[in-house]
Amino acid sequence: MLPVPLSHYLAVSAILLVMGIFGIFLNRKNVIIILMSIELILLAVNVNLIAFSAALGDLAGQVMAMFVLTVAAAEAAIGLAILVIYFRNRGSIQVEDVTLMKG
Amino acid sequence: MIAAFAFYVFAGILLVAAGMVVTARNPVHSVLWLVLAFFNAAALFLLAGAEFLAMILVIVYVGAVAVLFLFVVMMLDINFTQLREGFQRYLPIGATVAAVLLIELAIVLGGWTLAPQSGGLRAAPMDPSVSNTVQLGRILYTDYILLFQAAGLVLLVAMIGAIVLTLRDRGVSRHQNIAAQIGRMPADTLEMLDMPSGAGIKATGFLRPKPKELAPADDGARDDQGKGGH
Repeated sequence: MLPVPLSHYLAVSAILLVMGIFGIFLNRKNVIIILMSIELILLAVNVNLIAFSAALGDLAGQVMAMFVLTVAAAEAAIGLAILVIYFRNRGSIQVEDVTLMKG
Repeated sequence: MIAAFAFYVFAGILLVAAGMVVTARNPVHSVLWLVLAFFNAAALFLLAGAEFLAMILVIVYVGAVAVLFLFVVMMLDINFTQLREGFQRYLPIGATVAAVLLIELAIVLGGWTLAPQSGGLRAAPMDPSVSNTVQLGRILYTDYILLFQAAGLVLLVAMIGAIVLTLRDRGVSRHQNIAAQIGRMPADTLEMLDMPSGAGIKATGFLRPKPKELAPADDGARDDQGKGGH
């Protein structure tokens, strides 16, 4: 089913996940890149789900990958909407300023 | 063999693009690298036989989500140089966490095997006689119908939430007053009259708004319509 051993798919997915998390740490001030990093993390999850689905011959993994895609799209839409109103109110998108919102 | 070669090419480009997403100086470039990453991930999906999800990834992610990111990045007037300030400061901790996580995942990957009885535990075994899309449709609308509907609800809530969050009423738009529309009664707007035969319009007085009785001098002023009296 898979053109390469399953572990190669899993390795790609693991590196993608680590890159997403690394991106969150690296771009602490830029919420847009943080949202993109979250997309990368969810993409890594999808690669994992599909690799296992193909390796085991079980279609349920692909259905779950589809739901992950749905939730990721919804999350991106809401996240960008919050970003737009945050920028409208404060004139910047620095995440460090977000702590000012509390209390 | 060629498929394995294609896998390594696409996986390599995917990882390079992902690295550029998080390190690019300009967020617009980041979005474009993200598009490239999505395309290559779709190719990996295709190689694994998930054709439908590959197409969904290209259509939904590249076509909608990435374009949404692009819109927001270009719409917001952001000082990009200011955003890069903490880059060097956060690099050590980020690299440390990433390295630890990668080592942990490598340990998991190295000592991992498929359970021998896992083949019998499949929730929805594939049917090689029909295509991937047909198989997905068959189980999506039967076994997973509740999850499917819940996914639709998630999208609905996201749509309404995004609209409610970003809708800004500047007070210049003319809104529909639904209560006033529904509360309108026939008696407010309609008047039934008996028309005596041969009577003129003025005699009944049903012109709305009621014109003032024209003075004779006014009549003279109106008479030069069409005579070019400038």
